[in-house]
Amino acid sequence: MTEAEKSVMATRRRQKQAVGEGPLTRAALIAVALAFLGIMLIAPLLVVFAEAFSRGAGVFFDALVAPHTMSALQLTLLVAAIAVPANLVFGIAAAWAITKFDFKGKAFLLTLIDLPFAVSPVVSGLIFVLLFGANSALGPWLDEMNIKILFAVPGIVIATIFITFPFIARELIPLMEQQGSSEEEAAVSLGAGGWRTFFLVTLPNVKWGLLYGVLLCNARAMGEFGAVSVVSGHIRGQTNTLPLHIEILYHDNKAAAAFAVASLLAMLALVTLAVKTVLEARFAGSLAAQRRH
Amino acid sequence: MQVRVTNVSKNYAGMAALADVSLTVGSGELVALLGPSGSGKTTLLRTIAGLETPDSGVVYFNDRDASESRIQDRGVGFVFQHYALFKHMRVMDNIAFGLRARKKNRPKEADVKLKVMELLDLVQLSGLEKRFPSQLSGGQRQRVALARALAIEPSVLLLDEPFGALDARVRKDLRRWLREIHDRTGHTTLFVTHDQEEALELADRVVVMNKGQIEQSATPDEIYDTPATPFVFSFIGESSVIPVVVGNGRATLDERVIDLEVGVLADGPAKLFLRPEDVAMVTDGGPGIPGLVVSTRRIGGMRRVTMECGLARHRIEFDAPAEIDIHNSQRLQVRITGGRVYGDGEEGYATEKLASSDTADFKWARAEGWIDR
Amino acid sequence: MTPKAISKPPRANWRRRSVLPGFGLSLGYTIAYLSLVVLIPLAGLGISSASLGWNEFWAIAFDPRVAAALQLSFGAALLAAIVNTVFGVLIAWVLVRYRFPGRRWLDAAVDLPFALPTAVAGIALATLYAPNGVFGATLESVFGLKIGFSAIGVVFALIFVGLPFVVRTVQPVLEEIDRETEEVSATLGAGRWRTVTRVIMPGLLPAILTGFALSFARGVGEYGSVIFIANNLPFQSEIAPLLIVIKLDEHNYAGATAIATIMLVIAFVMLFVINLLQAWSRKWFGHD
Ligand SMILES: Nc1ncnc2c1ncn2[C@@H]1O[C@H](COP(=O)(O)OP(=O)(O)OP(=O)(O)O)[C@@H](O)[C@H]1O
Ligand SMILES: [Mg+2]
Repeated sequence: MTEAEKSVMATRRRQKQAVGEGPLTRAALIAVALAFLGIMLIAPLLVVFAEAFSRGAGVFFDALVAPHTMSALQLTLLVAAIAVPANLVFGIAAAWAITKFDFKGKAFLLTLIDLPFAVSPVVSGLIFVLLFGANSALGPWLDEMNIKILFAVPGIVIATIFITFPFIARELIPLMEQQGSSEEEAAVSLGAGGWRTFFLVTLPNVKWGLLYGVLLCNARAMGEFGAVSVVSGHIRGQTNTLPLHIEILYHDNKAAAAFAVASLLAMLALVTLAVKTVLEARFAGSLAAQRRH
Repeated sequence: MQVRVTNVSKNYAGMAALADVSLTVGSGELVALLGPSGSGKTTLLRTIAGLETPDSGVVYFNDRDASESRIQDRGVGFVFQHYALFKHMRVMDNIAFGLRARKKNRPKEADVKLKVMELLDLVQLSGLEKRFPSQLSGGQRQRVALARALAIEPSVLLLDEPFGALDARVRKDLRRWLREIHDRTGHTTLFVTHDQEEALELADRVVVMNKGQIEQSATPDEIYDTPATPFVFSFIGESSVIPVVVGNGRATLDERVIDLEVGVLADGPAKLFLRPEDVAMVTDGGPGIPGLVVSTRRIGGMRRVTMECGLARHRIEFDAPAEIDIHNSQRLQVRITGGRVYGDGEEGYATEKLASSDTADFKWARAEGWIDR
Repeated sequence: MTPKAISKPPRANWRRRSVLPGFGLSLGYTIAYLSLVVLIPLAGLGISSASLGWNEFWAIAFDPRVAAALQLSFGAALLAAIVNTVFGVLIAWVLVRYRFPGRRWLDAAVDLPFALPTAVAGIALATLYAPNGVFGATLESVFGLKIGFSAIGVVFALIFVGLPFVVRTVQPVLEEIDRETEEVSATLGAGRWRTVTRVIMPGLLPAILTGFALSFARGVGEYGSVIFIANNLPFQSEIAPLLIVIKLDEHNYAGATAIATIMLVIAFVMLFVINLLQAWSRKWFGHD
């Protein structure tokens, strides 16, 4: 073997990465990951759209414009329109208090904020049934005052708020913690007031994280099923949100219609994820590094 | 174990981190790799360890192409700047890791313990074997990292800025201590630093790198006294630079102000490099280069004076005795007693050391006629 | 290695002084909101469950149907969490370490269960794994495995909802792992397998356990995606949350409360364990 051949061989040998898995292991691991995600996550998503159009576009659009669907859609939008802004204000306030100040009981506060992640949606719903139901302490009084909470829109709104309140706070807290408060301190030292500091310094720094938090909160608010199911009473045309409507259609053996409505919510999910992917690609640093919901 | 790097090049995205580098580290030698940030020191070290694969060129360990063996079998002890200790392992498990990972003739657990204790003693950390890395100071972590690398009885020890993250005092102590350990164990050692003082004090040989190339490889004395290139001159120690023109064996500035005999240098533009000690203030009324003081500052027992000379106001720094009062805007004269002229020749830099003080005096005498005008 | 971003200075008062305004307002609002939305309703549940009395409580908790439902909920959640831990770590690894076309989309897809409403996932999974569904038919004819309308279906639904928890907890920690420790391990003579199992995995363990716990906790409480795929037969494929709904429909508030209390207590324990794990990992390894 000539010197030149030897060096070519040596170079080839060195092409592979020094520390890491071999190309075969790599390919195998990627294949397994793709297969698992494809079967477990992507396939169900595809089924939604496939089934939605399985009876043709006519059935699809009829299902969407049906009066019960429209009223469910209206209610869902109404609920989200109340729950998301409420949780937005809460998320900002909580993140400000937790990341800009040090105080006793912070860990407890954080645990409390995490609570809905660990509580079953059904239990969340039950909590409000027990609070506002006929047998509760409040029940008779509410009845007397003629205020309907349970099996009515207010109950749905409250349950949705409970389920979704951590999303925005949880998105903001790690992000603001990471950024520290030196910029705000500089602004205050330059004479800016609290609100001015918040709107001109803090908000621009966290806006993309905040946007993603709002989107996620919104997706969850529109899609919540368990808790809402418990407090709603399933009154068609009155207390049916889109997810509940899907259940009813599905059990009425109107699968295509159920999937048509479901495809609406699936689209919402896809938009949420697409926005997140774009935000992450473009503003990698301004989304929280560590997230859990 | 001798390490021989031959014509190694490594590019990152079209940019050369190593450009045709050749270097030999003799068996048992302690060599310092010195250079500014981004000069390719880490890349060279990682290439020797096998953590990077060169685009071309070969690394030999005792005449054997190192790329023939896996990293695991190369037997290099690598100490990272930030230690890279295993955070979830106690100090003793960190040190024992390499011994336990052996496939062939793995020592018995009792022997591993013994060896670990021995190493802990060597790096003066006895009693801390049960600690986790997070419970150690920076200097202690550094020593654990070294003990861990020494445990495998490496044929080559590679240290990437071993003291980079430590404060000045600890650095000094560890530096002396590393030299002692090296003298005791005799490992072939290559360490990276960008602290010239560290390199000159510690190493048998200093390799100065710049822009992916080796500028000079020599003993500390040679590096300081006969820097091979202008880069080495200005990187090691303090220096002033004055552009000169070489013609007929003489270097001149502004045709008149400086007139030096420079021997064999080719005609053309060149650079005169001076250390503060190469310049002396003229106090006896003799001939000298006239200039204007622009600033002075106190350095230890001396006063460092910055003076402007020539039409283009080139700055020269030199030391004067502190008891002489020198103030800004003062006019004074200096005499050049050393320094080097680097001509920008075709095959790189030709250099000429200026003669010692008596001949310099002679040269100045020749120039005397016009200097005082 | 790096000092924790927020180090706690010694405190004289119950809160550190800060030059920033709005402490009273923001904390006050936060606490008021949390009290209204969480604390008062939870107290309501506490009162209801306390008014049950021990005997009644135990009678309900050990009712065979309830016990079976709890057992299914916890068992299926455990199984799903184990599957998710294995594949979640693998997916996180692939996403962090390898570059291949479509990686970004794969990364985005992991969040799907967070964004897709559970009811939508439920009917989709039910259709997919039904005896005449795409996967259901294949699995039944090839392996004789009946997934739709059975207890196994519950596990599949829980795998769906729980997967992102593992991936999203492990991924950031894996991203921050210092490549140099792996390189050191290689220079010390450790093969790849040894490096992965002895050097990388132990550092990931707290994150993996946290992801496992989150996935498990979510699985225990999951309702929407499960009820469609399981046929909800008592003692066979009836999960605890469903049983709460059934008791509520029967106006059996005591029964619903007792089951909910058991689930809540377990959820609290899970949260506590998760926080403990993270504190423990911060203390020993200096990272979260
Ligand atoms: N993995 C990499 N990808 C791209 N470029 C790299 C990589 N590693 C090093 N480089 C580039 O190669 C050049 C040499 O880098 P190297 O780390 O060897 O420098 P160094 O001399 O060790 O510097 P320092 O003293 O700052 O550690 C630098 O310009 C650097 O930007
Ligand atoms: Mg370096």
